[in-house]
Amino acid sequence: MSKFIRNFYTSCVYIFLYLPIAVVIIFSFNNAKHSLVWQGFTLKWYAVLFHDTALLQVAWNSLALAILAASIATAIGTLISVSLFRYRFFGKKILHALIFILILTPEIVMAISLLLLYSFLKIPLGFWTLLLAHTALCIPFVAVTIYSRITTLDTAIFEAALDLGANDLTIFHKIILPLLFPAIVSGWLLSFILSLDDVIISYFVSGPTFNILPLKIYSMVRLGVKPEVNALCTLMLLFTLFAVIASYQSIFKKKLK
Amino acid sequence: MNQSIIELIGVSKKFGDYQALHETNISIKNGEFITLLGPSGCGKTTLLRLISGLEKPDSGKIFINGRDVTDLPPEKRHLNMVFQSYALFPHMTVYDNVAFGLRCKKVPENEIKDRVNKVLRMVKLDTLSKRKPNQLSGGQQQRVAIARAVVNEPIVLLLDEPLSALDYNLRKNMQLELKELQRRLGITFIFVTHDQEEALSMSDRLAIMNEGFIEQLGTPKDVYEEPKNLYVAEFIGETNIFKAEISEAYDDKLSVEIGDKRFILNNKKKLSAKQKVHVVIRPEDITVWGENEITPEETKDMLSGTVEQVIYKGSTVDLIIRLSNGKKILASEFFNEDDENLDYHAMEKVWFDWIPGWEVILPYE
Amino acid sequence: MNKKHGFFKTFSVSIIWLWLGIFALVPIALIFLTSFLTKDTNNIVEFIPTFKNYLEVFNHGYLKILLQSIYIATICTILCLIIGYPFAFTIARSKSKYKPLLLLLVIIPFWTSSLIRTYAIMAILKAKGILNTALLAIGIIHQPLQILYSDTAVLIGCVYDLLPFMILPLYANIEKLNHEYIEAAKDLGANWLTIFIKVIIPLTMPGIIAGSVLVFLPAMTMFYIPVLLGGAKNLLIGNLIEYQFLTTSNWPLGTAISVVITLLMGIFILIYWHNSKEKDRESLA
Repeated sequence: MSKFIRNFYTSCVYIFLYLPIAVVIIFSFNNAKHSLVWQGFTLKWYAVLFHDTALLQVAWNSLALAILAASIATAIGTLISVSLFRYRFFGKKILHALIFILILTPEIVMAISLLLLYSFLKIPLGFWTLLLAHTALCIPFVAVTIYSRITTLDTAIFEAALDLGANDLTIFHKIILPLLFPAIVSGWLLSFILSLDDVIISYFVSGPTFNILPLKIYSMVRLGVKPEVNALCTLMLLFTLFAVIASYQSIFKKKLK
Repeated sequence: MNQSIIELIGVSKKFGDYQALHETNISIKNGEFITLLGPSGCGKTTLLRLISGLEKPDSGKIFINGRDVTDLPPEKRHLNMVFQSYALFPHMTVYDNVAFGLRCKKVPENEIKDRVNKVLRMVKLDTLSKRKPNQLSGGQQQRVAIARAVVNEPIVLLLDEPLSALDYNLRKNMQLELKELQRRLGITFIFVTHDQEEALSMSDRLAIMNEGFIEQLGTPKDVYEEPKNLYVAEFIGETNIFKAEISEAYDDKLSVEIGDKRFILNNKKKLSAKQKVHVVIRPEDITVWGENEITPEETKDMLSGTVEQVIYKGSTVDLIIRLSNGKKILASEFFNEDDENLDYHAMEKVWFDWIPGWEVILPYE
Repeated sequence: MNKKHGFFKTFSVSIIWLWLGIFALVPIALIFLTSFLTKDTNNIVEFIPTFKNYLEVFNHGYLKILLQSIYIATICTILCLIIGYPFAFTIARSKSKYKPLLLLLVIIPFWTSSLIRTYAIMAILKAKGILNTALLAIGIIHQPLQILYSDTAVLIGCVYDLLPFMILPLYANIEKLNHEYIEAAKDLGANWLTIFIKVIIPLTMPGIIAGSVLVFLPAMTMFYIPVLLGGAKNLLIGNLIEYQFLTTSNWPLGTAISVVITLLMGIFILIYWHNSKEKDRESLA
């Protein structure tokens, strides 16, 4: 009996978590413009979506931005976590604390701080401001992801490598990078998703020259729901899910080898 | 053989406020198997890491083969280390692990192949060269760690508690294998352990360390039979210690009172009368008699007590004897042809003594 | 360690400091600076030092919004804890072979856009939305419930969005909990309630605190959830900051509000810092 209650309870929570996602997906196939009643299956909203070249351009912008931001953030985040772990340097403790503070800082505060920076430096808002802002947003998350993995490594491994005559660069690319590869991939993926989904920071630091998907969706959602938004959201959900599962599998297969 | 390969002069190391190693001098001879022995925190690993170059000394100089290496990084010292956790690179095969050091030195790949395979054959791992470390047993990982170090042909091999992660039987086997390997390679081994039995059975010499000092450096026999101080005596093996005052002292003899009996003992250290001393006697040097085994005349120079516990150990019987003043004495009696019947039981009154000269007399510090 | 790390270390540390300076320390300093300056219609700010902005933060209307934000965030945190704890406990203690999958199912929503999911909740809660349609059809209600554009809708969205942040630290903590403690308590004759209050709760306190902070902080500064689900009249502190920046262009006031809420959250971060291990946040990634 108590087992039944437990299963029932956890099922309810899962339904709560997944119902909205299911709703979006189902509606994207509903042959009705406004009604929420099921009117039959259709792919026409996807067709509408794919004829909207402006929207596709925005989607492409987002994708390019997310890939670039994730890559830069992963590179810097990796250096940060490796340095935090291996070296002693000026401001190490500050850096350590700062990373956690940045993660816990409200996104909106980070957004306005970057807006202030850009206006202070008189940088026009657009692609570059977005790229730098997204990179700055992602770096702490990458650093934490990789740092938590690196601390599980046996420090004697690095000493053994030193003892065997490896220099820092060799240690970095022969030992640290391969061992941290799964963490680096998940750090990149996390950054990619953060960048692809980010509304708040983008909302403040984007300019008229470069629009991105989350902002486009945000404005569409606010102005009233068009059915093709469902289609777009479904595609994005599937895309992120696919990316997550594919990368998890590739890491998993690597481990089995 | 006897020229010194490693020489430490006045080397010390502090971690923050903690003095891990006090100013230490030690000279290690070429080709010897030397063990640094002590409890955790005694500075043995620090000493090893200073020699390896993984730590820099706060003071003093380190010489390897007569060359001052104090400021040289680990890779320039021609030493290699076997780590307590083995520190095998988990993402590399056995072969790649062993080849790592040679590749760092840019040795041609065909020479690497020959040397790695030769070393792997030596440690009997040539069939497992394509495995990853996590597919090996503890003993095999241990051998990879040793192979990875010796393939670089170091002049000295440093081993930091390499056997502590193995179970008892495997550890015994590896002790023999290591000793055998050292003989074959003919290089100096510096071995760190907290296991005194391991240290005694493997080493040519051992350094007993305590709180950042080397208490005594000598052969296992020296250290066991002639401990320099009470710490060494108590750390190595079991001991019985009597506090006493020298009543009379001559050139080669002295007399002390232990219990209520007078004992005439050798005065090797030229001690003088009225000096307070510890008389140290090993349990196996004590001979025990039951009341009906000896005559009252013979017990004149013996101490007596009651048996409190009889511990059967296979080749010996250990007795815990309580003296009338409450002190407990441990005595180990061997089964042998003369005395097959070691049939003691609790509460039995016994007499015991030892062969004069087998005791160690240490003045109060 | 060795002194001679050379080029690679210099390279890494320079990059780190460059990033740290430009994207963390300078912006923080700018916020602080701007909050003490005067608004200027042409150049955004004038370099006239003033405390006026801070006094204005505590003016009646803004203070009310601040308190409302704290209120919503607190309720949201409590709800997440009440919903999340039994759930995390059940899956963490599950002996099912699908346990990793059960956990993955909690993480997946985190990987998908919360904006899109918030939009989906709008569709569910609307007057003619799924919830009302379903309830009317079953006959539980006869009038559509007006949930959307209310505090309730904001709370639902907030709980929905942040529930994984509560579940994951709790899960990590409960999973580490040694079952022998519970068995020992049983052996000593404790009943379930005693075990729960005296053994399980204290041992999972780090998870409870970590989860609560991870929910409370984002809940305080929710941005699009109040706009989409709460409607125009249910604005929270995040919307207020946006309003000062993008509508009235009163940057000094906007930064002053930010400084105040950041300091407020600093207190929570300190609590979190003292009670959590580095791993807690990482479990989200």
